[in-house]
Amino acid sequence: MLGFLKKSPAGNTIEPETSRDLGWLGRLKNSLSRTGSQLGSLFSLGGKIDEDLYEELETILITSDVGMDASRFLLSDVRRQVKEAHLTEAAQLKDALAHSLLKLLKPLAVPLAINNQQPFVIMMVGVNGAGKTTSIGKLAKYFQGQGKSVLLAAGDTFRAAAREQLMEWGARNNVTVIAQQSGDAAAVIFDAIQAAQARKIDVVLADTAGRLTTQAHLMEEIKKVKRVIDKALPGAPHEILLVLDANTGQNALSQTKAFDDALKVTGLVLTKLDGTAKGGVIAAIAKSHPLPVRFIGVGEGLDDLRPFVAEDFVAALLGLDA
Amino acid sequence: MLDNLTQRLTGVIKTLRGQARLSEDNIQDALREVRLALLEADVALPVVKEFAAQVKQAALGQEVIGNLNPGQALIGVVHRELTRLMGEHNDALNLATVPPAVILMAGLQGAGKTTTSGKLAKLLHEQNKKKVLLVSCDVYRPAAIEQLRTLAEQLKIDFFASDISQKPLDIALAAHDFARKHHHDILIVDTAGRLAVDEAMMAEIKSLHAALKPIETLFVVDAMTGQDAANTAKAFGDALPLTGTILTKLDGDARGGAALSVRYITGKPIKFVGVSEKMNGLEAFHPERMASRVLGMGDVLSLIEDAQRSIDTAEAEKFAKKVQSGKGFDLNDFKMQIVQMRKMGGVSAMMDKLPAQLSQAAAGAKIDERAINRTEGIINSMTPLERAKPEILKATRKRRIAAGAGVQVMHVNQLLNQFEQTQKMMKMLSGSGGMAKMMRGMKGIMPGGKR
Ligand SMILES: Nc1nc2c(ncn2[C@@H]2O[C@H](COP(=O)(O)OP(=O)(O)OP(=O)(O)O)[C@@H](O)[C@H]2O)c(=O)[nH]1
Ligand SMILES: Nc1nc2c(ncn2[C@@H]2O[C@H](COP(=O)(O)OP(=O)(O)O)[C@@H](O)[C@H]2O)c(=O)[nH]1
Ligand SMILES: [Mg+2]
Ligand SMILES: [Mg+2]
Repeated sequence: MLGFLKKSPAGNTIEPETSRDLGWLGRLKNSLSRTGSQLGSLFSLGGKIDEDLYEELETILITSDVGMDASRFLLSDVRRQVKEAHLTEAAQLKDALAHSLLKLLKPLAVPLAINNQQPFVIMMVGVNGAGKTTSIGKLAKYFQGQGKSVLLAAGDTFRAAAREQLMEWGARNNVTVIAQQSGDAAAVIFDAIQAAQARKIDVVLADTAGRLTTQAHLMEEIKKVKRVIDKALPGAPHEILLVLDANTGQNALSQTKAFDDALKVTGLVLTKLDGTAKGGVIAAIAKSHPLPVRFIGVGEGLDDLRPFVAEDFVAALLGLDA
Repeated sequence: MLDNLTQRLTGVIKTLRGQARLSEDNIQDALREVRLALLEADVALPVVKEFAAQVKQAALGQEVIGNLNPGQALIGVVHRELTRLMGEHNDALNLATVPPAVILMAGLQGAGKTTTSGKLAKLLHEQNKKKVLLVSCDVYRPAAIEQLRTLAEQLKIDFFASDISQKPLDIALAAHDFARKHHHDILIVDTAGRLAVDEAMMAEIKSLHAALKPIETLFVVDAMTGQDAANTAKAFGDALPLTGTILTKLDGDARGGAALSVRYITGKPIKFVGVSEKMNGLEAFHPERMASRVLGMGDVLSLIEDAQRSIDTAEAEKFAKKVQSGKGFDLNDFKMQIVQMRKMGGVSAMMDKLPAQLSQAAAGAKIDERAINRTEGIINSMTPLERAKPEILKATRKRRIAAGAGVQVMHVNQLLNQFEQTQKMMKMLSGSGGMAKMMRGMKGIMPGGKR
């Protein structure tokens, strides 16, 4: 499957096995193919629509982490379509499901637009190990590709070597990283914003320590970070990105609610879609707590970041030809 | 307060009332609810199906004893089966081999391998008095080696330095050689996170395993993992002869159904759970507790039983009404609560019976029984009017009360503050998801350890 090029900085290059030119959609589709092939076999039988078929559909949605609530919602929407359009063939059900899923996900596909705030401050938040720091590395490359100047703020002052990790991403992108030997996240990011103002930098990407939302004191701390950013530059942060791991089950929903309650999250990043995890929990989020999905992560490299395109996501999830 | 499965089953239970035996017919609906509850807890679907079949087997023909109703009897069966599946007892690490005993860590990116390597080193050093060596073979993720080095330094555990220009296999072999020469009892080998579908990376960890012949090969998995836990566990289990699993980030509010999926699919015991980012946050795995957590019912049942036994029902109902409305809750009730809590064996006994995730959330909040005694003393020094209308308490009254209770005015103020917070909590409790919210609220009031 995925032939994403895995590089160690020192050139321990592991050659991609197969699909170098498959492109991300191919890879995503490959990785999501389990769902796809399940659907494929089910719908190529040439049978009629019956209850077993609906139950199979439910099964497929559930095993993609779509969750009970959103799965039921999608199925009832499919049933409605079947009734209204007088569908009878099993094969038509797949398109109907794709249609329902797309209708649910499409509103989330709102790309991140950088306005002329200078600097435009983006704060990354999320649970431990979700992919915040790595996504910052990728975003730095993305914004530089758009001709913007970028500065990174090493706001994870807790985890061992978090600062060194971000500094390496800074080096790979050849951008400045503002870090402190010690001190708290708010202070580091405050400094970084002032540095960015002085240097007329376009985009500040602020890393923060991973935190579980059950830790009330850490949720208070992150609120304080946001307040301090607003002090450094009124109106900032202009974007608060919540990073979610595609491997996460229904807990992604409670993460979304808790971080949004605490901070007013403005966008999501869904990482690790290059694995077998399908990220179907995004559908659950779309149903009960919709927020724009700005980007998806499809690997550990600098280039493994993509905008979220609902059509592609649905196609990949259901194994359709986009 | 009844959560998930218990809640789901209450509706079904009604239909089961008055039946003496669990039968194919009368548990059909209840079993469906069990399946749904497990799915909502992120247990992988194939595992859910297998498990439901097992529960059915075990339940059929069961007599409904005592004053339990059939629904409760079924919950009992589910809980027992789940505990059995999780391993019944806690498995320790096997370290009986010619030293150095090698422990190899494996898992997805961000699962918690590096952190857990540090935690394990600390545990084995402190509890088993072992001489431990840590080494990182993660030459891919930026600063991964530095992360482990920092942890080793903090813990004062020996660290075998490696470098990203080296090959993981070379690092591992050199570390092994070093451990042998320097008489280390244990070598813990941290590895890079990898996707199960990444053939090259899976080949790499297989070669590490072949060369190191670890006595423990531990699969590290995030408790928040969803349905894909089944695929991942299968792939890692096929590639490596795993000896156990470590479930991380249980300090969150995920129900942790992945534990069941992984246990079921690998067939290997869960040996430890991670419950904090800090180095002391590693605990032995308790199948019973995990079963309760996945089902979302804690020892809620026994809590209810205790409560029924000790709480004056009329008082309790009056109180429940006040909680519901969030209104009219005064210091008399506050005191009442303290008395009731005493009857139930004190705060700590009650905490023990809460669902695992809730008591974990409350764990940082060490409740001081002495403070509770003081609280009672202060309320006792108030007049009935003052208890009903705390807002009339101004400086002179406070001084009188403090003198009566033998405390400082400061303590009276603290109590009033606490009372106000409790009132707020009661309001939250009457909303949805009450208990969890309340626990979060409590953490705020009673500061846990700073991380
Ligand atoms: N396969 C894959 N791995 C990813 C992706 N994004 C991040 N990772 C990996 O996931 C792990 C955790 O990523 P980090 O960026 O350190 O995550 P974080 O949220 O900053 O973690 P903490 O700061 O420790 O909470 C690392 O091993 C990353 O290489 C992705 O899109 N695909
Ligand atoms: N809250 C919490 N965080 C954890 C736990 N175990 C690991 N972490 C955090 O999860 C993140 C990823 O852990 P790390 O050890 O780097 O994962 P690795 O990529 O598998 O080596 C870090 O932020 C850790 O601090 C745990 O049990 N609880
Ligand atoms: Mg980070
Ligand atoms: Mg690591």
